[in-house]
Amino acid sequence: MIARSNRIALLAVPGLAFLAIIYALPLFLLLFKSIQGAEGLTLASYIDFFGDEFNRTVLWRTLRVALLTTLLALVIAYPTAFAMARAKGIWLTVFLVALVLPMSLGVIVKAFAWSILFRSNGFINTTLQAIGITDEPVRMLFTETALVIGAANVFLPFMVLPIYSVIRQLNKSLPEAASSLGATPWFRFTRVTLPLSLPGVVAGSAFTFSLAISMYVIPSLIVGERQQTLSMLIARSFLYLRNEPLGSTISAVLLAIAIFVVLFSSWLAGRLGARQ
Amino acid sequence: MTQTDRITIFFAWTIGIICIIFLMLPIVITVATSFTSSAVYTLPPPEWSLRWYRSLDRRSGLWEAVQLSLNLALISTAISIVLGTMAAIAVARGEFRGKQAIATFTVSPLMMPGLVVGVAMLQFFREIGLRDAYWSLLLAHVVITLPFVMRTLLASMGAFDFSLIDAARTLGMSYPRAILKVLIPNLAPAYLTGGLFAFLASMDNYPISIFLTDARNKTLPIKMLQYLEEQPDPSLAAMSSGLIVMAIVVLVVASRTVGLNKMIDT
Repeated sequence: MIARSNRIALLAVPGLAFLAIIYALPLFLLLFKSIQGAEGLTLASYIDFFGDEFNRTVLWRTLRVALLTTLLALVIAYPTAFAMARAKGIWLTVFLVALVLPMSLGVIVKAFAWSILFRSNGFINTTLQAIGITDEPVRMLFTETALVIGAANVFLPFMVLPIYSVIRQLNKSLPEAASSLGATPWFRFTRVTLPLSLPGVVAGSAFTFSLAISMYVIPSLIVGERQQTLSMLIARSFLYLRNEPLGSTISAVLLAIAIFVVLFSSWLAGRLGARQ
Repeated sequence: MTQTDRITIFFAWTIGIICIIFLMLPIVITVATSFTSSAVYTLPPPEWSLRWYRSLDRRSGLWEAVQLSLNLALISTAISIVLGTMAAIAVARGEFRGKQAIATFTVSPLMMPGLVVGVAMLQFFREIGLRDAYWSLLLAHVVITLPFVMRTLLASMGAFDFSLIDAARTLGMSYPRAILKVLIPNLAPAYLTGGLFAFLASMDNYPISIFLTDARNKTLPIKMLQYLEEQPDPSLAAMSSGLIVMAIVVLVVASRTVGLNKMIDT
């Protein structure tokens, strides 16, 4: 007779089988087909892809935009999470609503709103001109800066929440204990609060970065065709150019980056956990 | 409290308030532009009007897209809740190796590029001869919703006292009945939160769905992006405002029953 705890393990089978067939197998086949040539395995499609300067520009732009988006989100999110962990009553509710409401809204709605905001006759330009910062409308739509701002806005809740939950759980007496032992505020922050909140920073950054390298709706509404990203190249090669081999190769490149981010961040999280 | 402490806290609050404004800005802008009388997006609007709300009637295929999206979101979330409950119980109670790997695997679709998953599914479905757009979309949307359900259920079942199930079994309940009558009501907040975010993710998905639709089966996000390309007038802001109102209603109900605090915990 099988022990009950082993039979309970069988409950995982339907869900895992479903994901294995409908999600993991197709991704595996995609990766496999990208190295399959007429005679055996080949990296020819990758050599072609990386040999093209245009593709390298797009790859570099995708990584740069994702990195800048993650940094901008982190710079706003860390102090916000810090303030939120101290907030009580109505202020805490305001913070929570400001995070959860945008999270419940579709990406299309938010990206569309940013495309209105960045227009040359849009809200930001009219405000800049009204307060006299500039006389002429600044071209913002279709620029990389606009893309980074819009993307950081959409992904910000995913950066704030993990950092908030770590800072909130930090034992409140810990910085105070350090202080009673004579530590300066700066020492307390750099040696106590910051290291202990790093797991939240890693979790939030990994999630934001992986969303940002693969975003499609946001760049197609804010920068359009002028500044291609890997996702837009994939969509273009499948939906417009009907060039499936090229699309599959770019997909495999993007997938490899995404898997690397997942593995690297979980390794980093493990290291941080072990150190504490 | 020292001077440095006060400066740090003041700085954190300043950024925090800027962050709140930054997050709410797109929502406020969308609602404001939806009531404009003009055909371009000028702010503030020259005159207030409901004309773009009325014009939604004339958008062909909008209602069909809303129905298809609601249908996919409801059914795929329901399937994910069943599959997710079983898998999460197995991870919480079963004794076997690789539990962490199962948890990572079931949540991983959240971090995979949507377009790539969509492309891979398109090629796979074509190879196995699945040509029906609705069924392709439904299978794909279970993959979209399952991670959200798994994430909250794994966290909450880790904290659940399973001796309650044993107690119910001693009192004569069958195992499935004990799960239904004891576990699920106890974990209602997790089910509501996970189910809600799963539902919203399905309603909003564009990158995976775009590869699996056909002329007759277009989901709401696909239809909205198509309108944006063809005729980008403020009726899109009106559509978006409708979705904003829906999100607010759902959140008010959810925060009354679960509490906003609990919703972000998982």
